[in-house]
Amino acid sequence: MATVTAPAPGRRRRTPLARREARWAYLFLAPWIIGFLIFYAGPMVASLWLSFTEYDVINPPEYTGLDNYRELMSDPAVARSLGNTVYYTALHVPLVMLISLGLALLLKRVGRLQGFFRTVFYLPVMTPAVAVGILFLLLLNTQDGLINRALGLVGIAGPSWTTDPHWVMPGIILMSLWSLGSTVIIYLAALQNVPRDLYEAAAIDGAGAWARFRSVTLPMISGALFFTLIVNTIASLQMFTEVYTMYFGNRETQNSFNSDAASFYVIHLFQEAFQFLHMGFASAMAWLLFVIILVITLVQVKLSNRFVYYEGEDQ
Amino acid sequence: MSRILRATAFAGVFALTLTGCGGVGGDSGAGGGTATKGTLSTMGFGFSDEIATTRVDAFKRDHPDVDLKVTEGAFDEQQFLSAVASGNPPDLVYMDRKLIGTYAKRGSIQPLTDCVKKQDIDLEQYRPAARAQVTLDGTVYGIPEFSTVRVVYLNEGLLKQAGMTADQVNLGDWAALPGLNAKLASVSGGRLSRIGIDPKIPEFLPMWAKANGADMLSADGRTAKLDDPKVIEALTTGVNLIQQQGGWGRFKSFRDTFDFFGAQNPLSKNQIVAWPMEEWFLNQAAKNTPTAELVVKPFVDRQGKPLTQSAGQAWVITKGAKNPDAACAFVKQMTATDTWVAAAKARADARKAAGQAFTGVYTANAEADKKIFDELYQPTGNKRFDDAVATIRSVQDAAFAMPASPAGAEFDKAYYDAVNRVLAGQEQPAAALQRAQREATAALDKAAK
Repeated sequence: MATVTAPAPGRRRRTPLARREARWAYLFLAPWIIGFLIFYAGPMVASLWLSFTEYDVINPPEYTGLDNYRELMSDPAVARSLGNTVYYTALHVPLVMLISLGLALLLKRVGRLQGFFRTVFYLPVMTPAVAVGILFLLLLNTQDGLINRALGLVGIAGPSWTTDPHWVMPGIILMSLWSLGSTVIIYLAALQNVPRDLYEAAAIDGAGAWARFRSVTLPMISGALFFTLIVNTIASLQMFTEVYTMYFGNRETQNSFNSDAASFYVIHLFQEAFQFLHMGFASAMAWLLFVIILVITLVQVKLSNRFVYYEGEDQ
Repeated sequence: MSRILRATAFAGVFALTLTGCGGVGGDSGAGGGTATKGTLSTMGFGFSDEIATTRVDAFKRDHPDVDLKVTEGAFDEQQFLSAVASGNPPDLVYMDRKLIGTYAKRGSIQPLTDCVKKQDIDLEQYRPAARAQVTLDGTVYGIPEFSTVRVVYLNEGLLKQAGMTADQVNLGDWAALPGLNAKLASVSGGRLSRIGIDPKIPEFLPMWAKANGADMLSADGRTAKLDDPKVIEALTTGVNLIQQQGGWGRFKSFRDTFDFFGAQNPLSKNQIVAWPMEEWFLNQAAKNTPTAELVVKPFVDRQGKPLTQSAGQAWVITKGAKNPDAACAFVKQMTATDTWVAAAKARADARKAAGQAFTGVYTANAEADKKIFDELYQPTGNKRFDDAVATIRSVQDAAFAMPASPAGAEFDKAYYDAVNRVLAGQEQPAAALQRAQREATAALDKAAK
């Protein structure tokens, strides 16, 4: 008696059409994959090797084992810059998300002028980061800056934003809010995709504005919230250009300011690599940052399983 | 590790942080290698004015077989190192003299012993302070170009208002400085509207320390002396002058509004009374505010002896230079007496055409300066500016410079950070400079290995 064996699950033969489609897919992906391998993966592997060496760019690297990582753990400048970066991230990310969400909710109600305001909110994102740094140096000027002048109008003596170590970071966070336009746009798009009938059903059930926001809006835009949480966290941990412009712009001006309070991790990495020629140590710093970002992102992804709703997924 | 792998690895540091890094590519097949022929590439230089163009034109005229490629823009370490890592460094780099020690120690620039010999470059024509900055362990690594010196600028109009004359301002009498500062500065309601004395720290701390009889770095550039009590006293003196004027926050934010390059400079706006600064401001003042009541005096040490700190740029030839002979010919011509004189003449003519005063060109070539001032310079008729020029010329030979050091950038950062911590109220001068001494010593020891 002949027996019929069912194909093993997961090993179903693909149709010629599916195979052809897969080939085309790989072909279209090829430029990105090649670019990734050459410009990211290759250099990353090489820099991993360099992180175990003493390397000054000019002379051949010398293998030093874990020396760079040991130094990394004991270097107070690294700890200080990492602390500053984490402090910035912890304040910047929630603030950007909250303010952006508030602005997006307001924009949603604007009606016909929404396109205009959407453009206005996005324009600051187009401003070059160097220009933003310089602009905020002027705005944050203790005596004549617009911000302290505005505070003065309501009887508040503004702080020394750029020189008082306690106020340097709040000043930088204030500056960072300048470019939250892209987050606003993402939230606005997500808000506009929330089905109206869900609100209507909730209203019929007696839900008030807050209950509708909490039980309908937030779950429905949780995917966008999660995306911006990840993206903004990574960007914050890599903060460089604006702060470098403000506090470390060139050899003559960089040290005219309080550099300890404004020392971000990537800025310190850049100085170690290009000013002090410690490329091996800088490579170790880069890998430490990579691991930190990876761990934070994995934690966020893990948490997202509980809090994020993706349209079309099984409930 | 192959060159390609090294270059790739170098890029990896920033791939990890998603930050790109630029580089300068050169044609590996370019360059002739024979004297004054082939391609010659430079980095860190630009055609910013007639001083630059006249000298480059002179070289092109005398070396028609050299294809000169000038990558315009200020020296950028990242750009330079990218070029070195990829095995395509430019032949010549125009950089701050204080960086030379670091790059020389790492072997990225060539000793110029053969160049000097072949081209018969007379090193004695360059000022001793400039020569010291391009010399590490007795070997010359660069040919000095401009030479800036620092003098004290005084707004005599404001001094008169305070019932004083310029002669009564003595920055060498440190005990009297607080009194003088209080008399000259204007602070009311916590708002600073006029700076009395700007000590210009951290930038000018080495000059204040020298005025107090201390060197912050040993002559061989290998031993930091930042915790010397005399350096601590110099820093304390400078910081006190700033604290007296409302503290660092007010002081700096007020100073940040100054525009030294326009007609609305702090001299014309009566925003500052006495400040040490580089001599280039005289050019700007002559151009923009020729009627200002300006007096220029030498900075003096505590014994009243004129003192100034010299700095500037230099030309270096990179280790992988493809056309070192043409590079050597270029640096010789760019810094030669005749070339400087021709450039100064172009500047004088340009100033004359614009109806502005020519206040001289200050180079690291003492012989060129002598010729420029003997043959080209004409007193402007404005006694203030003519006296100022005489003052600047008189202090040039009293100049000292920070010596070439294998860890110059780290040394600078150590003491700049220390001053910043003190200015920000985070540390006292002694503690800050002791920490700086530890940091600088560690960096210098590491670099010396």
